Amino acid sequence: MAETHSLQDLRQAAVASKVFVQRDYTTGTICKFQTRFPAELESRIDKAQFEETIQTLNNLYAEAEKLGGRSYLEGCLACLTAYTIFLCMETHYEKVLKKIAKYIQEQNEKIYAPLGLLLTDPIERGLRVVEITIFEDRSIGSR
Amino acid sequence: MLNMKNCEYQQIDPRALRISTTRVPSTLPCGRKGTQRPRRKWEVFPGKNRFYCDGRLMLARQCGVLPLTISLIFITSGLFFTFDCPFLVDHLTIFIPVIGAVLFAFVVINLLQTSFTDPGILPRALPDEAADIERQIDNSGSSTYRPPPRTKEILINNQVVKLKYCFTCKMFRPPRTSHCSMCDNCVERFDHHCPWVGNCVGRRNYRFFYGFIVSLSFLTSFIFGCVITHLVLRSQSGSGIIQAIQESPARYPFCCAHSTVVELVICFFSIWSILGLSGFHTYLVASNLTTNEDIKGSWSSKRGEESGNPYTYNNIFTNCFVVLCGPMPPSLIDRRGFVPSDDAIHTVTSEAEIPPFMAKNDANMCAQSTKELLESMAHSTAVQATCAPGKLKTAPVTQESLLSTVSIRVSRPSKPPSSGWSSRQARRPVDMPCSQSTNKRAAPHTRLPSPVFSLRHSAFILSDARDIDFIPLS
Repeated sequence: MAETHSLQDLRQAAVASKVFVQRDYTTGTICKFQTRFPAELESRIDKAQFEETIQTLNNLYAEAEKLGGRSYLEGCLACLTAYTIFLCMETHYEKVLKKIAKYIQEQNEKIYAPLGLLLTDPIERGLRVVEITIFEDRSIGSR
Repeated sequence: MLNMKNCEYQQIDPRALRISTTRVPSTLPCGRKGTQRPRRKWEVFPGKNRFYCDGRLMLARQCGVLPLTISLIFITSGLFFTFDCPFLVDHLTIFIPVIGAVLFAFVVINLLQTSFTDPGILPRALPDEAADIERQIDNSGSSTYRPPPRTKEILINNQVVKLKYCFTCKMFRPPRTSHCSMCDNCVERFDHHCPWVGNCVGRRNYRFFYGFIVSLSFLTSFIFGCVITHLVLRSQSGSGIIQAIQESPARYPFCCAHSTVVELVICFFSIWSILGLSGFHTYLVASNLTTNEDIKGSWSSKRGEESGNPYTYNNIFTNCFVVLCGPMPPSLIDRRGFVPSDDAIHTVTSEAEIPPFMAKNDANMCAQSTKELLESMAHSTAVQATCAPGKLKTAPVTQESLLSTVSIRVSRPSKPPSSGWSSRQARRPVDMPCSQSTNKRAAPHTRLPSPVFSLRHSAFILSDARDIDFIPLS
């Protein structure tokens, strides 16, 4: 089995390839990623683990975009205060995005980096894709 | 293999073009040794936008008639507060200027929010992502000499929706996203490009735009009503309406008469268009449609087929709440982030042809784009199908194109409106050294169930101007 890498080690490694998990629009324009397991990752990571990561991300984005009393209240309050309220507090969406960033970093540190993979936060790609960088595994030679 | 004359490039290793590496440690191309100050992403933004306050505010590069809009609002309101309010406060109530001030504040705030907010621009695909998409398109193509279709069909709520590939942004556009030719950006939930506010109206600023036109309708109606009241009250004390207009108070001997006329004229003409526009957009909000979709008739039932809007919640109030009070999505273009120096060296991984993108402002991109250009030129004879047809831009905003656009909406001609678009010309150089494909615009269909109000509103529906149907290069 490949030697485990830490997140720091990965920064020195060479990128072998990248996999892009696209958006899933079957339920509308909400932010949701496909849970289909890419073929390139078969040798690297467990399918169930991958699906769990993506599903958790989807749930977090759904929470950010949830239409409920809270978001309506925020919208109405913002309108009444002429949107100056956003100077002092951040929107619910932004709060959830921070949560997502923390989750991704945690997943990278605990699960993906030891396997020679790196998840990129979708917000850095305009919420279009989840980019997974596959690093060359020196111990078993290049892919 | 090849040496570049203009920049201090290293010799390009053919293997390097295929295998991507994350970093070339210290030697940046073009002689930059890392002493350059870190640049923010807005400085290298590829779209046609202007940025202020170090990336906090943004506007379309062609700001249209935004100064005119602001002047009209300020002049009319200024005249109202100066000449009509004193009289009406004496004769009616103090609340007249109070209400006027509140409405005025709403109008200005919503206008500024609409103009200076990111409408929901999607950042362009990075080379790796673009290469991956190109690979998928090539794999799904059936034959080598026929170009693969650049559309993807997906099911949304059991409704078939076609996603089109954007040649500029190098990605399949998400549903409801359109590419604005004026700003050269893909905008989410693209409504239209509004020259009056100098920006696109999209997902993030539609609620401000709607607030602007609704409050403006109230403001113009209110001012109009107050001016009429002013004249009526004056004429009651005097001897007729004409003399009431000519009569001037002692304080402002010259201006009052003229101000009344000016206000009347501006308000009269504004009311028809603004009220109509507000009504139209109220209909759109209630049915969760965009101007773009309504004009193209995307969800109308054509030829007896059942095709409803897959995005509607089938409830007027829910639709209104979702559109106007839904959660505010963040800006995806990260204007104030810093440009990472790694990206300049990020090479392309695939052997498929990648049309090079020319980022005009960033010399760091020069290395990458030149490498891509070389690669693509080497492959150009073999892979003609995937070359970009270039970027066709519409002509600058002219009265003629305004009227032809508006007349399209009103009269619904059966043939494509070629006259209005005939003055289109390419402004940016074509990326690929190949001929441009023709731009076929879908003919507007003949449905007219929705109220057509925007006779004077120059709504630019430029999205489909960029939908280029793929025609094989002969």
